[in-house]
Amino acid sequence: MEYIKNIKNSYKLKYNITYYIIIAIVTVTAVMAASGDLKRSTMGLLARISYSIIMALSLNLVVGFLGELSLGHGGFMCVGAYIGCFCANYLHNVISSPLLVLIVAMIIGGISAAFFGFIIGLPALRLKGDYLAIVTLAFGEIVRNVFKNLPWFGGAMGLSSVTYNADSLFVVGFVVVLIVLFLSQNLIRSKHGRAVTAIRDNEIAAKAMGINVTFYKLLIFVISAAFAGVAGVIYGHFTTPVMYSFFSYNYSIEVLVMVVLGGMASLNGSIIAATLITVVNFLLQDNLSGDLAALRLLIYALILIIVVLFNNSPAFAPIKEKLGIHKILEKISFRRKPGTVTDDKADWNKIETKIPMDEVLGVDFRTDEATPAGDTEEKEEKDNG
Amino acid sequence: MNIILDGLGLGAIYALIALGYTMVYGIAKLLNFAHGDIIMVGAYAILTMLNANGNPWIAIIVSVVVCTAAGIIIERFAYRPLRSASPLAVLITAIGVSYFLQSLAQLVFGAKSRPVTLPALGNINLFGASVSVATIITLIIGAVIMAALTVFVNFTRIGRAMQAVSEDKGASQLMGINVNRIIMITFAIGSALAAFASLFYLMQIPATSPTLGSMPGIKAFTAAVIGGIGSIPGAMIGGVLLGLIEKICLSIPFLSAYTTAIEFGLLILILLVKPIGLLGKKRRVKV
Amino acid sequence: MADVVLKIEDLGIAFGGLHAVENLNLEVKEKQIYGLVGPNGAGKTTVFNMLTGVYQPTTGTFSLCGETLNGKTQEAINRKGIARTFQNIRLFTNMSVIRNVMVGLHNQPDFKCGPFSSMLRLPKYYKTENAMRARAKEILRIFGLLEERNSLSSNLPYGKQRKLEIARAMATNPKLLLLDEPAAGMNPNETSELMDIIRFIRDEFNISVLLIEHDMRFVSGLCDEITVLNFGTTLAQGDTQTALNDPEVIRAYIGG
Repeated sequence: MEYIKNIKNSYKLKYNITYYIIIAIVTVTAVMAASGDLKRSTMGLLARISYSIIMALSLNLVVGFLGELSLGHGGFMCVGAYIGCFCANYLHNVISSPLLVLIVAMIIGGISAAFFGFIIGLPALRLKGDYLAIVTLAFGEIVRNVFKNLPWFGGAMGLSSVTYNADSLFVVGFVVVLIVLFLSQNLIRSKHGRAVTAIRDNEIAAKAMGINVTFYKLLIFVISAAFAGVAGVIYGHFTTPVMYSFFSYNYSIEVLVMVVLGGMASLNGSIIAATLITVVNFLLQDNLSGDLAALRLLIYALILIIVVLFNNSPAFAPIKEKLGIHKILEKISFRRKPGTVTDDKADWNKIETKIPMDEVLGVDFRTDEATPAGDTEEKEEKDNG
Repeated sequence: MNIILDGLGLGAIYALIALGYTMVYGIAKLLNFAHGDIIMVGAYAILTMLNANGNPWIAIIVSVVVCTAAGIIIERFAYRPLRSASPLAVLITAIGVSYFLQSLAQLVFGAKSRPVTLPALGNINLFGASVSVATIITLIIGAVIMAALTVFVNFTRIGRAMQAVSEDKGASQLMGINVNRIIMITFAIGSALAAFASLFYLMQIPATSPTLGSMPGIKAFTAAVIGGIGSIPGAMIGGVLLGLIEKICLSIPFLSAYTTAIEFGLLILILLVKPIGLLGKKRRVKV
Repeated sequence: MADVVLKIEDLGIAFGGLHAVENLNLEVKEKQIYGLVGPNGAGKTTVFNMLTGVYQPTTGTFSLCGETLNGKTQEAINRKGIARTFQNIRLFTNMSVIRNVMVGLHNQPDFKCGPFSSMLRLPKYYKTENAMRARAKEILRIFGLLEERNSLSSNLPYGKQRKLEIARAMATNPKLLLLDEPAAGMNPNETSELMDIIRFIRDEFNISVLLIEHDMRFVSGLCDEITVLNFGTTLAQGDTQTALNDPEVIRAYIGG
């Protein structure tokens, strides 16, 4: 059977090492939790890691693969958390199994967030770059503002939700992480993933290749929002009440830090960075009190600035040649010749899509403005951007 | 009447901040997310100087100097290395800078909001309504600054160089304009305006906190977009409009809780219907 | 009499008050290589942009094999059978060579597979992906890029990047291929190789080619017919040698 062979082939260890590592860690911790060897706080940390990873993967789809910046991912999570947990509160009267309620709530939360992703994706068709980023930011603020004032969702007190058993929430969380990773990886490695990265690399060329840019932008926004919504439901089952204030701009930035630190368009990188940052948060929370808590934010800020400068500034190029992680990886792995990439490589640490600014301003104006026409005018300046 | 005057006063603050956004965006083509936080820097400069010697005039001058310096430093070390990088990279760096300023302020001054005691100005009677002098001053000085800026951009050498750079960086460079210098001057002017905005802000709400700048910053950006980003008169109109809308919404009991949602909803609506804003320039896609 | 593939009638575009292209009429016949020449600023690339839906023409129509295409989006026009390359190369720079070509194959009817089948790795996913990869390798072999298929496309030398762009355009299975200065920046050897490739793909895939080029040896060696543009208007049209020797054309190029 061709299919079986293909499947066997694609489940070789070297392609899927991330899955096996996650499964191993979760199995060990689940056994420890069952036998009572795991501290309660550690279980909580694991649950937090699980929804952080989902958020980072979700944002990476938009930022890393589609090449658009979303500053309102907290908003999608907020929608998922509020609506998912709101439904869960009622479902508990009907369904007795909390696991089933959680699953149904995740589906509802995911779908409702996906709906909002669609709504926000619609402007994405006309806007790019800075403008889109600001629209997503505005969306996040609107969502928070509305949930804060709707009496059905508890208003300023937050929505009280029924938390899930902490011993096993993280197991459910990591199963969802695996599913999300599986779905996003498959999408990226398919023709659809190529279409999306093509749009990111050169939207005009992608259109000229017949890629339906509108469809793919919407698709990515919807899928990404759905994942964020699911993460929100897990959050709502981890802590109560669901507070609008959690999903602030700051949280969206925290997720962005995970994506940037892990590497644009690197799913494994996002997983590692999300884990790292959540653990650091957890450790610093106890040790930094009062105003020193700002140290954490200062570290985030420095991570953002330094990573982006390091990857994009010409001044750092020679250092990067020597010390870049990819160089090191190339030296370690013998399979790969330097300068070549594997077929599935979509890494994108150097954000180098040279889009002329006029396109970034985003709006698709085709015929307007009395500009002198002709080839010289249309030639792009090569050395400024 | 009071609502409208208050709205105009708030609008003038938004307009001043929006001018900084719009000038930097028009010339350097980057969304300076840290601009709102420059206001916060200005506010803390005023606070520190007031506590040190109490003379409000010195405090204002120091705040302008500090803000201008901050703007120049940020441009030099965070944005200039990325001149040729993609907009996404610059945008992420800008967010990083904004975060950096906020957390630094929190480390130095603490997270709690601190009262700033500017000399009391009181109220005067105007057309039968009691109006705060602070609002009047804000309006007058705001108008003067904006008029001066318009003159500067249109009638001075540097101003015209700015216009040239915003049209075409490459061609300006060939014409002998030092593009880096012009961008730096733009940042300096934008930041100085932010210092004035911080003064007016403190006159209305006399307290400062590390996150003081972020909300006005985002709202001022909204104002800049509404007016048409890159357009100086657009930023003024957008700012005043947004200030009025905010104060009017706040005065209607049913809507007041949703003010933020309404303002941002307006932003999204404008971007959808008329993405170039009220006075923005159209641009053609180049292939 | 060969069939007409591309028929342009009265095509024109104005930006504001400025007429960038006016009253352009031309016919590209089946398996013909047609040249569009003219000095800088003549509006050649603007014609390409209209033909691919980047700009909407203000006057006139164009049709491919009898089907009117103006007013359609860039994506739709490509699917109808017009593919192009760009004056300044526009490859997907962060993707490998083979993935660039596979993007070109995206809309081919043989490779249908919905996003959800892909996300769930249904049998169709493997079938499509394997078939696409095999087809992409075939195309790369034709263009002599098979060896480099796993290099990052931005790491290719300039001449090969141009070839890759043509290969990618051919992957969309067009009826008409638009080449915007394909020989720019190539050395004489590469140029003559490119001429062979263009003739070869015309015969192999049965397509027509419309190209913009400044290299007159290239044009006269390759094109069956040409149109000379200057300031948006047609100076001369017809058989390559005759049109190039037209006194108007010589004046426009040399000046005076």
